[in-house]
Formats: sequence, structure tokens, C-alpha cells
Amino acid sequence: MATRILIPTPLRPYTDKKDAVEAEGTTVGELLADLTRKHAGLKAHLYNEEGRLRSFVNVYLNDEDIRYMQKEKTPVSPGDTISIIPSVAGGAPTSTPDAGTVPLQLDRELPQLNNDEIKRYSRHLIMPEVGLEGQRKLKAGSVLCVGAGGLGSPAAMYLAAAGVGTIGLVDFDVVDFSNLQRQIIHGTPDVGRSKLASAKDRLHAINPNIEIQTYETMLSSENALQLFEPYDVILDGTDNFPTRYLTNDACVLLGKPNAYGSIFRFEGQASVFATRKGPCYRCLYPEPPPPGLVPSCAEGGVLGVLPGIIGVIQATEALKLIAGIGEPLIGRFLLYDALKMRFRELKVPKDPECPVCGLHPTITKLIDYEQFCGIHPAAPEQTTVNAQGDITSVELKQRLDRGDKLTLVDVREPNEFQINRIPGTVLIPLGEIPRRYAELNKDDEIVVHCKMGGRSAKAADFLRSVGFSRVLNLKGGILDWIDKVDPTQPKY
Amino acid sequence: MSDQRLRLAVGVDDVIRRHGEETYPHECCGALVGVDARVTAAVALPNTTEEGPRRRFLVRASDYRLAEKRAGELRGELLGFYHSHPDHPARPSQFDLEHAWPTFAYVIVSVASGAARDMTVWYLKEDRSNFEEGELHGDENPDSNTAQTVHR
Repeated sequence: MATRILIPTPLRPYTDKKDAVEAEGTTVGELLADLTRKHAGLKAHLYNEEGRLRSFVNVYLNDEDIRYMQKEKTPVSPGDTISIIPSVAGGAPTSTPDAGTVPLQLDRELPQLNNDEIKRYSRHLIMPEVGLEGQRKLKAGSVLCVGAGGLGSPAAMYLAAAGVGTIGLVDFDVVDFSNLQRQIIHGTPDVGRSKLASAKDRLHAINPNIEIQTYETMLSSENALQLFEPYDVILDGTDNFPTRYLTNDACVLLGKPNAYGSIFRFEGQASVFATRKGPCYRCLYPEPPPPGLVPSCAEGGVLGVLPGIIGVIQATEALKLIAGIGEPLIGRFLLYDALKMRFRELKVPKDPECPVCGLHPTITKLIDYEQFCGIHPAAPEQTTVNAQGDITSVELKQRLDRGDKLTLVDVREPNEFQINRIPGTVLIPLGEIPRRYAELNKDDEIVVHCKMGGRSAKAADFLRSVGFSRVLNLKGGILDWIDKVDPTQPKY
Repeated sequence: MSDQRLRLAVGVDDVIRRHGEETYPHECCGALVGVDARVTAAVALPNTTEEGPRRRFLVRASDYRLAEKRAGELRGELLGFYHSHPDHPARPSQFDLEHAWPTFAYVIVSVASGAARDMTVWYLKEDRSNFEEGELHGDENPDSNTAQTVHR
């Protein structure tokens, strides 16, 4: 005896889109068993793991809920109709927001604010989300900025202004003219000064109530844990993969949240990694890209305001974590495109197989990150081999003056070529060499160059691989040429 | 992110937000009616939970049937349900997951201190293991609301 069963909208994909199907049985239980035999996909949605009807699944015999009859043993007569009717239920988490998953807990006594500070932070204090307690948390809190460059500059400035009690800065560089287009913590008079000294002055000018700690050193596997230890949040403003993985791993090992950001050309990324329940950078990128594949900002360029946007997002996340407010950027990867002026968000799940933050971590202490990223320090014999294919700018000048027949090839991009050039050079950007190398004569002696010597080394390798026997790479690129031979040209 | 998209016809967004603000600090709930993943009407339904409406909602079977009937009258079908999370993020809870139906769009609006904030849409994964977030769009001029809220 077949009985008609009415199927609700959400289950119709499992019944070939039909809103009514037929099943056999003498009781409701038998009918439903037959139904899930014929339409197997229904089972998981109707029954729980114990094989009982889910509480939000209502079964009606004609117009009566079977709960008020004999439940699944309710007998079915010819002509009856069974309806499956959903209850829709849900709700917010019952506990306080993210209990047990609060990414950062400041379990220390909160300092009081003096009258000057109350005036200074009044726009924070009048918002209940921050208030006096939040501001005192910020004063108790600390952030370490790894790098005082593009990202670290705006981040540290806003953190200082917002009243984060201790800001640490790790950097070992000096301020260069080419930094000023984006590293707004430094000014023109600071060129040539250490970035840390310059940044410290600027931050203290913004807010004399806070402590600035500076570490004039290169972050390494030897010092990272010690440097990170005293801080609540680590703000990753690094510009290279070895330091990025190092920062991530050290954060995971210490259980410190990593307010991450990175920038390239017109695009930026941001996330919060390495919180206790959240993913880390390795969950997203288990392996670094092959060395040289991803150009740095020095090679690819970067829009000056871009680190402002990304660095300030990192600072926002650091402030939220310390104040314990809002929804942190955990498990979410924010992508920003300045040209399109669009933000996108990708989900990043925590990877249970992650080698550093997964269930069975294989990385339990800091490793050699240069080696991990495939960057090997040049072995002595290798340098000699390279040296045979290299030419210095002084040698090049002498040979040109002598009248040697040399073909000069500039493998930079056209916009770089417009800034400066070695007279008599042919421009073939690196990316075009594989299809344009036939423009060159295999028997000529060829000197390739770029800005600093990296891209031209790749071009030289390629040309040799296709049969050019006399290829020389200009060591140090056009920058070295300008330094040693032609100081009248501008450097970038 | 799921590749599922849900469009809200003009005004639907406001109806849901206002409902969430009206019932705050309790959860609101209602049905989403429309055609082809485009919601043309949000039908407010009573929250009949007996577990405390600040943290729970329940659309009982009789109201589900009512919603289905209303969908028919509006020449649409039930595309899903919405509810509010008072003072909680617009992300599904474990309780939401345990009670979710496949294929339905679950729109969640976060209401913080009485003011509606984020709105998101979620779909149950086939294996019931989790929700996947979908894309929520407005009809036409999707930015008008946002522009209003940031203009101060």
C-alpha cells in the first residue's frame, strides 16, 4: 500500500525536486524507513546519529502531529497523507561572546589614567565599546612592530596616538630617500638616520605618555622568542618570506596573536594569525613560493598610500585584540585592491595538519628560515663561477672607452628605463626575453643589466641556456654604474 | 566562501533590520520568500521558543505552514529564514548548525545595543558538518544603505 508523503522545500533536492513522493508501510516509522531507502540523501537530515527523528523534524499524519499520537508507531490507513514539516530553530551562542576563545586576555592590573590622558583619549572614552576600561587595557597593553617601514610606520603612529602603553620596534635599517614616499613616520631631515631613532622621535612627539622600546637588530631564529615574549600582540610588517615565516612560527610557539599585513604594488592583505583557536600563516601558505618568484616592493614597486591602509588595518586589529572588542580578523583573510578600490574576504580554516599549529606539530622550535625559503647563502666556489660571468661597472666603462664591441641589454621595465639608463643600451624587459632573444646576435659579447643585478642574472642564465656563449652580467646593476661611473643620473 | 548568492529586493534588507531592532534584546525570526535566489518578501514570524528568546528562536511547524502558504500567495517559494543575533556577531552558532535545514538560506543580522549591524547569509553544507557563507546582495543600488550609515 503506497502512501503519499509531502516533502518540504529544503528536502526536495533529495526527492528529484518532487514535492510529494510515495512510500510503503503500515506505520509512520515504516513509511519513513522506506522513504529514506528510496531517497538516501534524506536520512542525515531527518535522523540524528542515534537513528532518532531530529527534534526539529515534525511529521504530521493528515493534520495531526504524530508526537500526540503513537509517534512512529502511528498506524497509517489507505488514503492518509504524511507531511514532513520543518521547525526552524537557531540562535546566538548561549555563552558570552567567544568564551574560552578570547584571543587575548590581559590578566594584569590595569593602570589608571591621569587627567591629561583622560582629555587626550576623550573620543575613545565616550564610546562605551572602549570606555575607561578599554583605554586602561590599551595603556596596559603592548605591541611589537616587526619592521619600522611601510606597514610599521602608520601602524606604530596610530597605536601611539591611541595610547597603547608600550610599543616595540624591530629594525636595523637607515632612512633612505626612497622610503619617504610611504614610510610617513620618517621625514626628509631623517634621511641617513637610523629608522629606529627617527621613529622613536616621531612616536614620542605624537604621544609622550607611552613607552617606546627599540631593538636595532635583524629578527632571527636566535632572538625572536626573546624579543616577542614581553609583548601582547606582534604586528608583522616584514617584507620578505623568511622573516614572515619566522614571525608566524614564533607567534604560534609563544601563543601571541600576529596582526599580519603585506603589500605589493596596488594590492594588500591582512589577517590575524596564530590566536589559540585560529589559523596561522602556515595554515594558509604551508610552503613559501620558490625564491625569486614573488618580487619584493623594491623590485615591483608599491603605491605609497597602500601600506597606510594595510598598516592601519593591522593597528585596528591590534587595538581590538587588546581592548577585547569587536570581531577580530581571525580565520578571515582580507584582500584589498587599491586600483579597483575593493575589499574581498576569504575564509582561512585552521589546518589540523599544519606543521606548526596543527594537532601534531612537527615544528616545535624555530628553524633556519633562509634555508626553508630556499635562499642559500652563496657557497665560495659558486661566487667564483658567477664572477666569471660578471662584469663590474668600472670594467664595463673601461671596455666601452676602449671601443670594444659590446651589446648592452637593459632587462628592466620601460618605466624604469625612463628614469635612468646606460647610453647605447637596448631595452628588453626580463619577461620578454624568451620571445625576443632572437633580436640579439649569439656571437656578440652581451652585457645584461637591471637595477641591482638580480633580474639580469636570470636573463644571463636564460641567454646562456639558449646558446649565447659570451654573456656578462653587470654586477650591482645600474645603481652601481651611477655610483662608480655616472653620478649625474638619478637613482630610484 | 560558498558560491551561493542571495539577492534581497529593495526594502527587504530594511524589513529584516527593523524587525531585529524591534525585538531586541530578543531574537527575531521570519521567512524569506522569493524566486530564484532573489528574496522579494521577508515574512515576520513569531518567536515561539521556550528556551529564552534572548538566545533562541523557534519557528514552529504551524508557522512554517503559514509561511509556506504566504509564499504561495506571493507567487514565490520559501528560500530560507532570517533571525537576529542580539549583541552577537552575525555568524551561525553551533545551535544554528544542529537545527539547520539543507538548501535553505539562513540570513543572520547582528543587532548590537539595539542597532542592526552586519547581515550575512549562510548555507548548510551537504554533510551537515558546517555552514558556508554565501554572498548577500541588494537589488540595484546596493551601496545606498551603506552610504547612509557612514555619512555622519
